[in-house]
Amino acid sequence: MRATFKGTPKGSGAGSMQALYAQLLVGLINGSFYALLSLGLAVIFGMLNIINFAHGALYMMGAFVAYFLLNLGGINYWWALLFAPIIVGIFGMILERTMLQWLTGLDHLYGLLLTFGIALIVQGVFQNYFGSSGLPYAIPDQLKGGMNLGFMFLPIYRGWVVVFSLVVCLATWFLIEKTQLGAYLRAATENPTLVRAFGINVPRMITLTYGLGVGLAALAGVLSAPINQVRPLMGADLIIVVFAVVVIGGMGSIMGSIITGFALGVIEGLTKYFYPEASNTVVFVLMVLVLLVKPTGLTGRAA
Amino acid sequence: MTTLTDDTLPATPRAMRDEMIVFVVMALLLASVPFTGVYPFFVMQALCFALLACAFNLLIGYGGLLSFGHAMFLGTAGYCSAHALKVWALPPELGILVGIAAAFVLSLITGYISIRRQGIYFSMITLALSQLLYFIYLQAPFTHGEDGIQGIPQGHMFGVFDLSKPTVLYYVVLVGFLAGFLLIFRIINSPFGEVLKAIRENEPRAISLGYRTDQYKFLAFVLSGTLAGFAGALKVFVAQNASLTDVHWSMSGEVVLMTLVGGLGTIFGPVVGAFVIIAMQQYLAGFGQWVTVIQGSIFVICVLTFRRGVIGEIAHYFRRSL
Repeated sequence: MRATFKGTPKGSGAGSMQALYAQLLVGLINGSFYALLSLGLAVIFGMLNIINFAHGALYMMGAFVAYFLLNLGGINYWWALLFAPIIVGIFGMILERTMLQWLTGLDHLYGLLLTFGIALIVQGVFQNYFGSSGLPYAIPDQLKGGMNLGFMFLPIYRGWVVVFSLVVCLATWFLIEKTQLGAYLRAATENPTLVRAFGINVPRMITLTYGLGVGLAALAGVLSAPINQVRPLMGADLIIVVFAVVVIGGMGSIMGSIITGFALGVIEGLTKYFYPEASNTVVFVLMVLVLLVKPTGLTGRAA
Repeated sequence: MTTLTDDTLPATPRAMRDEMIVFVVMALLLASVPFTGVYPFFVMQALCFALLACAFNLLIGYGGLLSFGHAMFLGTAGYCSAHALKVWALPPELGILVGIAAAFVLSLITGYISIRRQGIYFSMITLALSQLLYFIYLQAPFTHGEDGIQGIPQGHMFGVFDLSKPTVLYYVVLVGFLAGFLLIFRIINSPFGEVLKAIRENEPRAISLGYRTDQYKFLAFVLSGTLAGFAGALKVFVAQNASLTDVHWSMSGEVVLMTLVGGLGTIFGPVVGAFVIIAMQQYLAGFGQWVTVIQGSIFVICVLTFRRGVIGEIAHYFRRSL
């Protein structure tokens, strides 16, 4: 049922350090997806005041676009990493221009309902044509095989996913927190009217921001395609976990989203090793605990 | 922030009278169903969902809280009632009580957790909590995982009414629905309901007037969850099974859709919405996943162009609250 990779079950007990490291790696990979997705949610929420329920569906679209590019156009993984986020990002920007922009000034809840509807449409269409089973997507040749690190065997593709996601997350953080464009963006989040008065086209910025957030989701989809297979419902359950991640971390800080995403992935991986029965639920249980102890979330401001 | 509905008309005696007239008409129409040849199973199913949607609407329409996890109350009450009826062999009335009690306890716990956050976070928390329960029910032995609890005996209500007869079952479900509906109607028009509306319209102001808004919201959550549990318990007798579909997030989404179509914050809207959506599922059953696409499209259309819903538009046209 779960959209994320479950890892290979191995016997616990003595000599299973290998299994522990393997689960940690799986945790890091899931953590990369949580980080990329919750980062996109936070960026979109900052500008549009919308919780993008369609995020899981757009993540799935990213994986499907990569699949189509490879099988219909013969375009390989590396180009898919570039093109899939752009294509899905453009699709997202069209959604924003045609639908989401009309919600400005309405209650937040309508944004959630609208994007939930979009998610149902997108997932339903893909389910109609591709059923519920997974389509294989091969690991690119350059990333096949593995490395023996001495203490564990590291499949190169998995290491690549973790490192690349981390780089993308940090680049996004840099873009938003350290550049001129990011400064405009943060200013427009705080006070759009004033920023418009300075002659900056805020509606266009909102559209581009939605495209950026959606592009990050699509990128996560491409990264996960060779690991999790390409399935119409791959994002449906994942997005609920990401919501819990967002509740835990709060959406006030970009770096907070990244760290919370990776940390929860690792905790989930550890749970898979020590108490596999709870691996599906651990993130939700942690969310409950955080809410009981610190209702505003770990990095969050009151909302 | 604009309000969810424009139902700000005060509950005048005249409005109450109009609403009672509509209620009596609705009750008579529903009571005549067995004589019309309409498939009673369909109407019973729709009535259970209508009660669920009304309970959900109590929270969103009058408290301004969008729960995206109301399936957890439906499913929990369903599982507990089903277990009580089948394994403990309790009579139907006690089976229903077990289900309601389970939903009550669950809503106390989940309400305590989720009320701590406002607005959009509240929706995400309720969704995550219901997903947590989904995974628990997936693994718990008493729910029988993917199979669900099947072949639930219907028995004799109060030792008299044979629920295996469709007509008897229909009237029992109808009485249950009408009782739940009247209770919600009473809550909405009580001083408590007025305070809830005040919180929905302007929470800081309600706080400044001295209301402990968190307590009001918590009570609304518990009432809503418990009534949703009542719907779940009734549904067990209609469907004669309790399965994972009832706890899945897509069920929570359907409840939201029913209420949205009928009209958020209207009294009769959720009932109309439930009948529309259940009828749609019935007629489009052969179209596979296109049903999901259509449901999604209805969501989009409603949010973009039809935010008042069917009953909300009618009420707006006649300048009445319905």
